Amino acid sequence: MKFGVIRFPGSCDEVDALHACERFGDAELLWHHDRDLHGVDAVVVPGGFSYGDYLRAGAIARFSPVMESVAGFAREGGPVLGICNGFQVLCEAGLLPGALLPNKTLRFVFRQVDLVVENADTPFTRVCAQGDVLSIPAKHQTGCYYAPEPLLDELEANGQLVLRYAPGQNFNGALRDIAGVTNEAGNVMGLMPHPEHAVDPLTGSVDGGRIFESLAMAAAVPA
Amino acid sequence: MSAVGTTDARHRELGLTDSEYELICEHMGREPNEVELAVFSLMWSEHCGYKHSKKLLRTLPTEGPAVVMGPGENAGAVDVGDGLAVAFKVESHNHPSAVEPFQGAATGVGGILRDVFAIGARPIATLDSLRFGEISDSERSRFLLDRAVAGIGHYGNSIGVATVGGEIAFEQPYEHNCLVNAMCLGIAPRERLIRSAAAGVGNHLVLLGALTGRDGIGGASVLASAELGEDEESKRPSVQIGDPFEEKKLLECCLELLDRGLLASLQDLGAAGLTSSSSEMASKGEVGIDIDVSKVPLREAGMEPFEIMISESQERMLCVVEPARLDEVLATCAEWEVRATTIGEVTSTRRLRVLDDGDVVGDMPVEALVEECPLYDLEPERPPAPIYPEPRARLSAEASPEEALLALLRSPGIASKRWAYEQYDSVVGSRTVRRAGSSDAAVLMLAPDGGTGAIAVAIDGNGRRVAVDPYTGAAEAVLECAFNLACAGAEPLGLTNCLNFGNPEKPHIAWQLTEAVRGLGDACRALGVPVVGGNVSLYNEGSEGPIYPSPIVGMVGSLPDPARVPAMGFAREGDAIALIGSFTHSLPGSELWKLQGRLGESLPELDLDAHGEALRVVREAARSGLIASAHDISDGGLACALAECCIAGGMGARIDYHPDHGGPELLFGEGPGGVVVSGAPEAIADLGEMAGEVGFAMIGHAGGDRLEIAAGAARLALPVVELRTVWEHAIPDLLS
Repeated sequence: MKFGVIRFPGSCDEVDALHACERFGDAELLWHHDRDLHGVDAVVVPGGFSYGDYLRAGAIARFSPVMESVAGFAREGGPVLGICNGFQVLCEAGLLPGALLPNKTLRFVFRQVDLVVENADTPFTRVCAQGDVLSIPAKHQTGCYYAPEPLLDELEANGQLVLRYAPGQNFNGALRDIAGVTNEAGNVMGLMPHPEHAVDPLTGSVDGGRIFESLAMAAAVPA
Repeated sequence: MSAVGTTDARHRELGLTDSEYELICEHMGREPNEVELAVFSLMWSEHCGYKHSKKLLRTLPTEGPAVVMGPGENAGAVDVGDGLAVAFKVESHNHPSAVEPFQGAATGVGGILRDVFAIGARPIATLDSLRFGEISDSERSRFLLDRAVAGIGHYGNSIGVATVGGEIAFEQPYEHNCLVNAMCLGIAPRERLIRSAAAGVGNHLVLLGALTGRDGIGGASVLASAELGEDEESKRPSVQIGDPFEEKKLLECCLELLDRGLLASLQDLGAAGLTSSSSEMASKGEVGIDIDVSKVPLREAGMEPFEIMISESQERMLCVVEPARLDEVLATCAEWEVRATTIGEVTSTRRLRVLDDGDVVGDMPVEALVEECPLYDLEPERPPAPIYPEPRARLSAEASPEEALLALLRSPGIASKRWAYEQYDSVVGSRTVRRAGSSDAAVLMLAPDGGTGAIAVAIDGNGRRVAVDPYTGAAEAVLECAFNLACAGAEPLGLTNCLNFGNPEKPHIAWQLTEAVRGLGDACRALGVPVVGGNVSLYNEGSEGPIYPSPIVGMVGSLPDPARVPAMGFAREGDAIALIGSFTHSLPGSELWKLQGRLGESLPELDLDAHGEALRVVREAARSGLIASAHDISDGGLACALAECCIAGGMGARIDYHPDHGGPELLFGEGPGGVVVSGAPEAIADLGEMAGEVGFAMIGHAGGDRLEIAAGAARLALPVVELRTVWEHAIPDLLS
């Protein structure tokens, strides 16, 4: 299977995401001008500061040509993973519910956090078990997940809350400790922490690799 | 041509002396016009011309087996094996940060990143050395710290370069003149490195990146080369504004242009903008350059030719392109949405000509601008009495060892800097094996670049100790970095330094500077570490007096196996703890004396060769996997080092240390060259055999939840949880 990793001007973690994907499948970078997704089986929208993010995180990137194709790919059920800025872009693009607000401290925070897998029956967590704890670094200034209460209830009821910060680990103020959510169909997920920075024991942890591994498996053998 | 009466008043305003002005007239064969005077005043400023420091800097050793590029290029570079080179440099942005800390620190990072990618290396890490006044006493220093750290994070995080380490110290003499020194490391295949010499008469001069505005006009002379006074507010328009997104595009674009071999040379625009970049490219290439300022894309209308030449607008690079490759260069820039404009050409005249829509508005010999800047001999004189007041006393001399240790862990210089480094992305790039706070040196693996080993990097300097003894204090900065590297198993390959001092025209500052450079040179020669580049920041003083003399050293080394890097903290219950090194720990210049309101008047003499031997033993121990942890003794002495090992490892230790001599300084005395290591008891015993002539003492065992020390007559016992709480909360409590 082949991953495609989007590269916007201002993306920072796209090469890291590319290398993480390459541990579990083939992977290539997709340039923001390019409407052609080059036949990839899964799309990763990576972290960084797309187009500088001076207006609002992800607000410009959603209008890029490649995102039109990603939206089409997602509508047809293709798996799409948004990490950090990618999560923000997918929310701005309406591919994911809710929005990301500035951290409650209004500061950029880098911290290794524990995430609890709430739903292991998704293309992003299928090699995990419910209740597993993943140690993954988070680094962002705009990661406080917000959605209106009725929507949060709905997300929870539908199993769309895939990853939560473990107790005491939610530094950004996200409602209901939400770290990662999917769309209703379950084929698009966004998360604030960076699984691509947790694929090598030398750099801290390998738990993030399980998300890419799940995705590779899901793309090869759809559920 | 301006009238004599106006220009000769102007030259003093621009920081040139009367005799310098006469020299300019001599080189020109006439009086300079406004444009030429502006260009000369910047090229002959301390910041660009190093006129008070160049002679001293020439005494530093610059050659070594690993050196690929030495001083004089945008950054130095060393060979790290596997066909890879690491480029690095440290630079100051002190005065801009004192005026506007967020943008000053942010553009300090932006500037040092450009220095590194200007030679073709991809920036992979930055470190910062920061100095402020006492945040326990000063609202202003708390503000400067808060905003400078935010500015560093803003730029580094946004452009996607990991901030992997650094240090922050707080001392009263920095109250009115904070220091922001930023260091960047980049990596490249050796053959991609490019020099900045302009080459090829008839080639195009292409300006890349941001629009040129009035920001930073005169920054190099106004801010960097004069003392800060009371009217800092009026200097705010001289501070540049950073745009990390623009620089991210510029970085990727330049590296692609170099990868495809499309550039003849490349240079960043830093201090003095187009003026210094074009002059230096022409000087190194022994050619001339014509620049037509009417072609420079401007952010605001009505800019004068001299303003365009000296603007310090950020995120710009200047490159030389052969005519046949121009279209391809422009197309690549368009793909990255980077502005690219031909603004001139390389000539054979060896003159820098400034044109305005074809009319010559300035015409200067390049050699006079770059090579003929007058160099001054310093007139050093050791001051008859101490020039710094004693620090404010905060701890009674009668305090118990427990009280002293807690006070030290609470003092902002020693307390945890997690508040700062949590605002930095330290992992982007997937190379960071040791993050800030987990090791004495940052460790970055070379695997993403096709290498097998890793590099280690540290930045250090202790102004208080240099104030006490400039020669020894400066040499200690080199040793401290080398020991930090050794604790990770790394062998030093090269170093960069930033010399932050007061006004060198004053004899006592000249003495500090001369002695400090002598100390740096001796330490570098003894350890065999060449200086591959650096920066000088003088005139760091105001009406309150000079800063502590602050040579900051950044050192890069290599190690074969990143998987074997020891931890900083104790790793296993029952591990033996030993002390390695040939050190003399003493209280003058120490953090304890500072808390007690004393500075001190001298530091113990160093045995540099013995330290070299100790470095070898520590390095070999780390590489062989014999030791599980290593941490060097620094601020706060042995007791603080042990406390840090306990906190980092989450376990206690029981220490019995009774050397033949030594009194109260055993616990809290400072000095370079002592390393606390731990490991399996049999492995540590083997290490004792390995140590040979190097000092070695088994001092205890790790385990339990308390730190208990018996050292000479002194006794100390505290729960680790209390040590941790005090150490972790000190800075957040001060800032909240």
